[in-house]
Amino acid sequence: METFLEEVNKQVDGVPIQRCYHCRKCTAGCPVASYMEYNPNKVVKMIQNGKREEVLASSTIWLCLSCETCITRCPNQVDIARMMDVLRQMAIESGVGAREKNVLKFHKAFLAGIKRGGRINEPMMMAEYKLTSGDLFSDVLMAPGMFLKGKLSLLSPRTKDMKSLKSIFEKTKSI
Amino acid sequence: MKVSYYPGCSLHATGKEYDQSMKAVSRALGIELKEVEDWSCCGASSAHSTNFDLSIALSARNLIAAEKSAMDVMVPCAACFNRFKMAEHHLKANKELKSKIEGVVGAKYQGGIAIRNPIDIIYNEIGVDALAAKVTKQLAGLKPVSYYGCLLLRPPEVCEFENYENPYMLDKILGVLGADVRNWSYKTDCCGGSLAISKTKIVVGMVDKLMKAALEAGANCVVTACPLCMANLDMRPSKKYKLPVFYFTELISLALGVEGAKDTFKSHIFDPQPLLNELKLI
Repeated sequence: METFLEEVNKQVDGVPIQRCYHCRKCTAGCPVASYMEYNPNKVVKMIQNGKREEVLASSTIWLCLSCETCITRCPNQVDIARMMDVLRQMAIESGVGAREKNVLKFHKAFLAGIKRGGRINEPMMMAEYKLTSGDLFSDVLMAPGMFLKGKLSLLSPRTKDMKSLKSIFEKTKSI
Repeated sequence: MKVSYYPGCSLHATGKEYDQSMKAVSRALGIELKEVEDWSCCGASSAHSTNFDLSIALSARNLIAAEKSAMDVMVPCAACFNRFKMAEHHLKANKELKSKIEGVVGAKYQGGIAIRNPIDIIYNEIGVDALAAKVTKQLAGLKPVSYYGCLLLRPPEVCEFENYENPYMLDKILGVLGADVRNWSYKTDCCGGSLAISKTKIVVGMVDKLMKAALEAGANCVVTACPLCMANLDMRPSKKYKLPVFYFTELISLALGVEGAKDTFKSHIFDPQPLLNELKLI
């Protein structure tokens, strides 16, 4: 049977994670390491130790901002940013879900916006996020001003060839 | 020169000042823009955070559409630029993935056009000397810090941005406009944009840290080339750390005396007009 490490390495499709010599440069440069349940270096160790459930259920993978500072500075080119993407996708596909629920709800609302019009209509996308997350009140005081300034509009142009987009979502089995 | 233009979703909404000033600057500098036919969203963080194939396919659809014009494509939004470069990187490196994605999109990807951000085009194609020659109003008294953020620069072998740990192109551009560009150590730090809505508390702390550093560097404004950084820096800082934030193209418009250059200032969340009035720049 494939180990967790082999599974992650196959998906990342780059330098094997075990090339990490634990210098922790990834963690030193990570802007959100202090908010994470396990820091990026700890996640690498946990993957090597086969801690599949703990890693996929952790808040860490959802707090990663994809700022790519880790891979930029890694002396061994271990692609931790791509690894975080792989772990998030595994958490979704294996049914573990997201420990940081609102982060995934935001992604779902965003992708639903693309499915709807090909381009993101920000007020519609925000309305969908607010309804699904229950986070109804943050930022709402800013919305009227933004409509008045012309930064938000309900009628932004859409992509015409929606068939091609529908097909992309179906063929990639996206959420 | 003539390039394809991919505005992306933000430039038609919260980032409309960037679209307007980008078009004005392009006209003034002789860069002809042809919008990519029937473009769609690049997929942004939400695609690559949840489904790798989807993220590559959404960007590939637009790259294939841009290829029809056989010109380099200019992508002002740093997030779209990053996703396009990432898709290009994977499609060129992995033949198996390329044929899979071509099947998903239903068209062939050639990979024959360059994906470029406007800082690179203005710095390398127009040049700072030619830009300086067109300045009609020196931005005297403006003390910006240039903020490059993440997505234009990283990962370096994908983005191919000059001097990715201490970039200078934007600093030089602002310098020839007559601004007193302040040096600081936070040019490439992340503002937290991708979690601004779902984890706001963490992101406010990150934005405050940047703004505090800008103030300590003696800056009176922050300059960006990313609509997500702009939304975040313009909207999120705590009261005591607020500074006006500009797109670099807005400042070029102002310095070149482009008609209507000041029109975009009034739609900022934190109004930059008092500062510009005080400096007699508008």
